[in-house]
Amino acid sequence: MSGSAKTPPRRLGLAVRLAALILTATSLLFAVAFGYNYQQSRALLLKNVENSAKSLTMATVSKIEEVLHQLQTVPEAVAQGVGSHVIEQPQALVMLADFLRDTPEAFGGGLFLEDHARAGQARREAPYFVKRDGRVVYDPLGADYDYSFMDWYMLPKHLGRPQWSEPYYDEAGGNILMATYAVPVWQDLDGEKLFRGVVTVDISLESLQRIVAKLHPGISGYAFLVSRTGRIVSHPNKALIMRSSVFSRAEEADDPELRTVGRAMVRGQQGFARLGGKAIGKPIWIYYAPLPGAEWSLGLVIPEDDLFADLTELHRDVVLIGAGGFTALLLLVVLIASAVTRPIRLLARKTIEIAKGNLDVDLPVVSRSDEVGDLSRSFHEMRRALKEYIANLTETTKAKERMESELKIAKNIQMSFLPKRFPPFPDIGAFCLHAQLEPAYEVGGDLYDFFLLDEHRLFISVGDVSGKGVPAALFMAVTKTLTKGIAEQDPDPAVILAKVNNELAEENDAMLFVTMFCAILDFRTGELAYSNAGHNQPVLIGADGAARFLALPPGTAMGPIPDLSYETRRILLSPGDTLVAYTDGVNEAQDEAEELFGNERLLGFLRRTRERAPDLLTRALFAEVHAFAGKAPQADDITVLTLAWNGPDADACPGLR
Amino acid sequence: MAGAMPDEMMSSRRATGWRAAAWAVCLLLFLAAPARAQTGTSDVSAPAAQPLQSVTFIPQWEPQAQFAGYYCALQRGFYRARGLDVTILRGGATRPPSRLLAEGKADFGSLFLGKAIIDRAAGVPLVNLAQMVRQGSLLLVAKKARGIRVPADLDGKRVSMWGDEFRIQPNMFFATHGIAVIPVPQGFTVDLFLRDGVDAASAMRYNEYHAILNSGWDPDELSVFPMAEAGLDFPEDGLYCLESFWRERPQAARAFVEASIEGWLWAFAHPREALDIAMSYVNGANLPTNRVHQQWMFDHIRAAMMPDGRPENVGRLDREAYETVARALLREGLIADVPAYEEFHVRLR
Repeated sequence: MSGSAKTPPRRLGLAVRLAALILTATSLLFAVAFGYNYQQSRALLLKNVENSAKSLTMATVSKIEEVLHQLQTVPEAVAQGVGSHVIEQPQALVMLADFLRDTPEAFGGGLFLEDHARAGQARREAPYFVKRDGRVVYDPLGADYDYSFMDWYMLPKHLGRPQWSEPYYDEAGGNILMATYAVPVWQDLDGEKLFRGVVTVDISLESLQRIVAKLHPGISGYAFLVSRTGRIVSHPNKALIMRSSVFSRAEEADDPELRTVGRAMVRGQQGFARLGGKAIGKPIWIYYAPLPGAEWSLGLVIPEDDLFADLTELHRDVVLIGAGGFTALLLLVVLIASAVTRPIRLLARKTIEIAKGNLDVDLPVVSRSDEVGDLSRSFHEMRRALKEYIANLTETTKAKERMESELKIAKNIQMSFLPKRFPPFPDIGAFCLHAQLEPAYEVGGDLYDFFLLDEHRLFISVGDVSGKGVPAALFMAVTKTLTKGIAEQDPDPAVILAKVNNELAEENDAMLFVTMFCAILDFRTGELAYSNAGHNQPVLIGADGAARFLALPPGTAMGPIPDLSYETRRILLSPGDTLVAYTDGVNEAQDEAEELFGNERLLGFLRRTRERAPDLLTRALFAEVHAFAGKAPQADDITVLTLAWNGPDADACPGLR
Repeated sequence: MAGAMPDEMMSSRRATGWRAAAWAVCLLLFLAAPARAQTGTSDVSAPAAQPLQSVTFIPQWEPQAQFAGYYCALQRGFYRARGLDVTILRGGATRPPSRLLAEGKADFGSLFLGKAIIDRAAGVPLVNLAQMVRQGSLLLVAKKARGIRVPADLDGKRVSMWGDEFRIQPNMFFATHGIAVIPVPQGFTVDLFLRDGVDAASAMRYNEYHAILNSGWDPDELSVFPMAEAGLDFPEDGLYCLESFWRERPQAARAFVEASIEGWLWAFAHPREALDIAMSYVNGANLPTNRVHQQWMFDHIRAAMMPDGRPENVGRLDREAYETVARALLREGLIADVPAYEEFHVRLR
């Protein structure tokens, strides 16, 4: 119950499974190929980008270096000249002023000497030129202006070499970003270098910013410049300039990657790195390289989106084409698979109908030369063979039915001829009689008969027609009719048999024959006259229970040969004697091991049994034979006729009590 | 007991927050009461009845979060509420508060305690109205890469230091450790240190130290010697006016201090807004700094103003701290004698 209540397992058609399999395999192949291709082209692209970023950056670096270098030469020459007394101060100042005039980037410059360099004098104002409205103006710094602790003074002094200061906005509060290049003035005093002061030029970083701004790789890439402390000097976002540094940006966004890159930049390293985009807002690649002179660092930022834009687009196309291909492939596979399996599905459906017995269903005709075609043809062949077989079967069945009906008729004929009323003569007590015939499946030709010839003589007979079926039944009927007719005219067993034989022998083309034992009992005297035509020996059971075979005169079975003679024998029965006549269905009954019941077993049973009433005795014998045969089929008719003589004065059969 | 420690600490920290709020309220009530009593007017919240007194204030440096509380007091109207029309001047290297106070160009100034004592000894009659920054932030910073890990490593090294009053603690520190350094004057930046022109530099924790970090140096690459932790904890920023001002306009001085403290406490309670206000001054001055740096400064100034976490102590000058600093100055020969605490300091709180 539960099994049938369950939903049947989901069935996937062949077409679907085939399609799924093919597509899975293809997808896997495609994915692997795609992934490999993507990784490889990405790596290749990255390498190319790094190379071009590097050359772009380096080109810009050298451009900036060139600009800075130009600005550095004059201050260096002045410092050198002053230190070695090649030029005197006024001359140096003229050189500085000329330099300012000729150099648009230069905004100011001066000569700042150590106080002790002017020994014996009070601190004086420091000579300084500055550009105002495009003109170079002498604007000395006041005597009270202590520059000794200014970076641009201290850095070259303590480091012993020219220094670029950190960038700053010009003093006038404008928006021009400046940096001061300060060159120490060294005086050679008895082989010892003595620091005398610095020559400074203030330089606008605008041109640098312009150079950097020109650099914008990719779609939205850009370049930026940081000072040696990481402060942003040039950047497309002006708000960041000077206010922010790579480190403040990193701290703001809590972006340790950016801080790492920043540290590499301020340490003058060169490299190519990816930033996750915490600070920038999107993943970027950055190439950075130092500016050797100022020890600043130039960074080239390329958003990853830009970098891989073409690649992404290409791969998107590939994926789209792949998806389209898959769809087409899916349709194709489903189409092909269903075309291949359609006849199979049809065959499967038709087979169900065939199984139900409908052999006339339309089987699809597949005119293909492949396996499906073979299958289809086999189905056609199978159906043809089945049809033929079934036709044959039908024919056979009909014949069998006909035969069976014939047998039934024969059996009916056979049985209808036999006297079946027992006890047959309820008014006569001198003898008791019982007979029983059990036909086999295939009708045999057993017969028995009894009737009174007059008021004191009883005729009995037991016979067995050779052959089976209707002919045997008819022959039996004829034999019985003849016997009865002849016995009533001429009551001598041998004569009866001889006459019946002659009658049967006429027109007996089928050469059938019949064995018979017949007897006439004078139930007044107990004299039994009997004769035999090739029949089994009946058994005579004495009143004392002793059983023996009744010796029979020789006699041939009736039917085939005319003019045979038979002998009549006579015995005198004692009251209580019982005669058991039977056909070979009894002694030739077989058990499952095909062993015969046999005369000994018959005699043994009849001696053993206490039954004397013929009906009971008959039934007991049948029971014994059936018990012996067990499940073995009954091969022949079984007939038993039992006659008990009670003596002339007996008034009733013991069986009729 | 060890297990109970963190909980206690946590609960005490939490309690401090509540206590801070409670004290802020008490403080306002306390401040409001005498203001009313002294001005004699009926209501301090209606100062329009009284003409505003114009005063100027000079911080000792450029606009930055170090002075956030004063900007907040001004922006939030705490000065105005006390009848003051305060102008905050732009400070800087060329505008030392002592000079501006002496010249009458400013009424109030913010000065380091040591600097104020020295200037007073030099003839500028300064009066301490409130000691705002009560814990010293001065550090000596060196690069581990240059072999400096313990104070003894500084021996014979070039150490940059600011002017006189900034050298007292380092000098005492060197003496304590029995070392001698080569002093180098320190400018306005730590560039000389960053470029290895010196081996160690002075730094305020709230300013230069962060500048060094944000020039690409990680804390673990640096050796930091905090003066306060070496027993040289000198109070720093205080509010000052001239003795004459205090004599003539004590109410104005009192109102200025009270409003300033209120500004700071408000800033501590509203750090984001306070930083916004400070940044508006920073940006107005077009200074090359950024919010991250100012945030750092604000956080560390706050810690230095309330080392004990008690808002009611903001502005208090401890006698002991004062005398420690003054005696150190005396010993260094920067002053001839120690002014009496009562003379130097006006106890407003």
